[in-house]
Amino acid sequence: MNWPARRFCRAVFYDGAEPDVLTITNLEKRYKAGDRALKGVSMTLAPGDIVGLIGPSGAGKSTLIRCVNRLVDPTAGSIRLGDIDLTTLDGQALRKARRRIGMIFQEYALVERLTVMENVLSGRLGYVGFWQSWFRRFPEADIQRAFSLLERVGLIDHVDKRADALSGGQRQRVGIARALAQDPELLLIDEPTASLDPKTSRQVMRLILELCTERKLAAIVNIHDVALAQMFLPRIVGLRAGEIVYDGPASGLNAEVLTRIYGEEDWTKTSNSQSDDLDDGSLASPGASGLAAMPVPVAGT
Amino acid sequence: MAILINPDGTRHWRLLTPGQQRWRWAGWLALVALTVFCWRIMTADTIWAFVTDAPRQAQDIFGRMLPPRWIYINQLWQAIWDTINIATLGTLIAIVLATPLAFLAARNTTPSVLFIRPVALFIIVASRSINALIWGLLLVAVLGPGVLAGIIAIALRSIGFIGKLLYEAIEEIDETQVEAIRATGASQAQVMGYGIWPQILPAFATISVFRWDINIRESTVLGLVGAGGLGLALEGALNTLAWPQVSLILLIILVTVVISEWITAKVRKVII
Amino acid sequence: MTATTGPARIWKRPRLVEQTWLRWAIILAVLLYLGLAFGSIDVNWTRVSEGLVRAARLFSGFLQPDFTSRWGDIQQGLIESLTMTVCATVFGLVLALPIGLGAARNIAPLWLYGLCRAIIALARAFQEIIVAILFVAMFGFGTFAGFLTLSVSTIGFLSKLIADDIEEIDPAQVEAIRATGGGFWQVMDYAVASQVMPRFVGLTAYKVDINFRESSVIGIVGAGGIGATLNTALDRYEFDSAAAILLIIIGIVMLCEYASGWIRKAMA
Repeated sequence: MNWPARRFCRAVFYDGAEPDVLTITNLEKRYKAGDRALKGVSMTLAPGDIVGLIGPSGAGKSTLIRCVNRLVDPTAGSIRLGDIDLTTLDGQALRKARRRIGMIFQEYALVERLTVMENVLSGRLGYVGFWQSWFRRFPEADIQRAFSLLERVGLIDHVDKRADALSGGQRQRVGIARALAQDPELLLIDEPTASLDPKTSRQVMRLILELCTERKLAAIVNIHDVALAQMFLPRIVGLRAGEIVYDGPASGLNAEVLTRIYGEEDWTKTSNSQSDDLDDGSLASPGASGLAAMPVPVAGT
Repeated sequence: MAILINPDGTRHWRLLTPGQQRWRWAGWLALVALTVFCWRIMTADTIWAFVTDAPRQAQDIFGRMLPPRWIYINQLWQAIWDTINIATLGTLIAIVLATPLAFLAARNTTPSVLFIRPVALFIIVASRSINALIWGLLLVAVLGPGVLAGIIAIALRSIGFIGKLLYEAIEEIDETQVEAIRATGASQAQVMGYGIWPQILPAFATISVFRWDINIRESTVLGLVGAGGLGLALEGALNTLAWPQVSLILLIILVTVVISEWITAKVRKVII
Repeated sequence: MTATTGPARIWKRPRLVEQTWLRWAIILAVLLYLGLAFGSIDVNWTRVSEGLVRAARLFSGFLQPDFTSRWGDIQQGLIESLTMTVCATVFGLVLALPIGLGAARNIAPLWLYGLCRAIIALARAFQEIIVAILFVAMFGFGTFAGFLTLSVSTIGFLSKLIADDIEEIDPAQVEAIRATGGGFWQVMDYAVASQVMPRFVGLTAYKVDINFRESSVIGIVGAGGIGATLNTALDRYEFDSAAAILLIIIGIVMLCEYASGWIRKAMA
């Protein structure tokens, strides 16, 4: 299951010559209480691979992506980012590795009382020394990068506002800008739309996808909303009870696969909704240009 | 604004403008200067020989304190009883007086915002500003030494504390519940009983128990100014430099405080 | 329907204690305690009646406070109290910060947590006045003992509240800053300090207020400050001077309270 899907995605996006960004092998996580959150998960991401991670609550989605940047320490297995093994790092080396991995959070996780600019600049913390960050004297290049990112996500007029003065969609854009300020090779995205309304959800997903394609970023997107995942994400990994039960193109998500991931339920509606959504006029708006550029592999599989 | 636009049109960002930056540094500098200045005035009369001698003194005192004179506890039971009474009766009197005061001080229940509320607020502030020990000092001068002065001192200090917290709780109640009761045609007293009182009851109980805990602490030392209880025994022991007795009294104070804290925690759990 | 045919249903008001006998037992016990407690108050009525005269003098002292005749002493006491307050708050603050960080379970390792919590418990064990007695015995009479007393109480107060605050911060913000590759102190600065700073400044302002009030008390046992002046005035039955001192204390406390309220509002 795993291997053909990988080859498929690579064939669509790139010629396969580049080395993998992320390789997870037999990853296990056992919590102190004894429950095994992850039972030998393996997956690979090539540059530009964007993976939607779906599965029921408690399947281990959140644990999996937190293992990648070591906010959670895995029990066994290996995670390779490029040519380094993340599982063995600590201290300075771990910080250096973390700055190559951007993370976007469900409830935005902005530092509420800091300004938008400070939040975006906090993405550079791994690159600057403590005193520089204490006095907020970031290198000029970082500041210019933050300006252009804020321009890109459409928040250039809110630079000096405090994060808690923004709306949900705006906050998530700041979160995206912060992650990109790190100049990452890989994005970990944890339920980016769970706290947003449907329209804002789509806008945010579209923005994330555009930015990933622009920068050839690999990304893992934890997502609850299957319809949204099918609509935007080319490759889907289904996780159930700590094990990968599906790894393949989004178009392969049929009622049988969804049952395997989530359990028994009438899935016909969800499978249909995919085509409905793609016909949706709002997607054809000028803002969707990035999506149009995306080779969404719906037909031809 | 912290975005600076350079003459050539490029943008620059700083958390603070140079002007704000200067003010911030000036503020820190002023704080340091003030501290140094205060330190110099404060220590002008300090005899440093005593300060450098302090570790030896401390060693000496603790050497004399140990072991405590355990037998002495038989003379302390009365003092412990008095201490508990001072705290409990003082708190009760304060509750009785502070509750109507709080209703007079709360914006939404006071009969007159212009006249009665300021008076009630002033009583609360005056009571809060003066420490129980100073109230004790005044009352001992007026009533003579004894438990009564202690009880009244505790009560006078607690009125402000309970009154303040209670009137804030009253101001925060949900007005729609009060409206609903009023809409049934209830009298003013019934509105109090059914609309307001149930809402502030948990706060009322928590505040009272909280203050009782503080009062136990305070009543252990009130005797230092002559207002009865354990502090009186402490004063006597200190004046005769009977350090083994001092250490026993300190130990008892500590135990009393810990027990009252434990009771408070239990009661709060029941209330909440 | 059924109500008319079946036995009449009774509604009783809910009680805090449901069992009747227990309720009465509690009420009886409370009454018994109150009786015993009030009975053990030993009042010397002749002394009290003498006292009423003094109370009248004290009250008239409040109406006509005498600021002038003891102004030199009052001034000296005030300066001592204020300087003690400032120095003790700053000194206590500087020590309370690291202790507070160490006493927050979500950022400190267990051994440091235990150590810092023990320091806090020790600093809070006794009332200021008892600490002052001990410090006066060690360091001699005067402001230095008072300064140390207030510093200890500042450490106990601020580090406990800082630690409790830090334990309640939003962990998502900490996680986010750690995820960007920020080091320990950068996480402290961006994710922790930015969350607790407003309350922290408010608490410090509040503690200045408390320290001043305390400084007016510890003078009673010889630790300097306006309390010593007040004690002397009362010993000499100079109620008009005592009233003046009390009015000054109330005034300064109200000023501090307004100032700290304003600071807290400005920081929110």
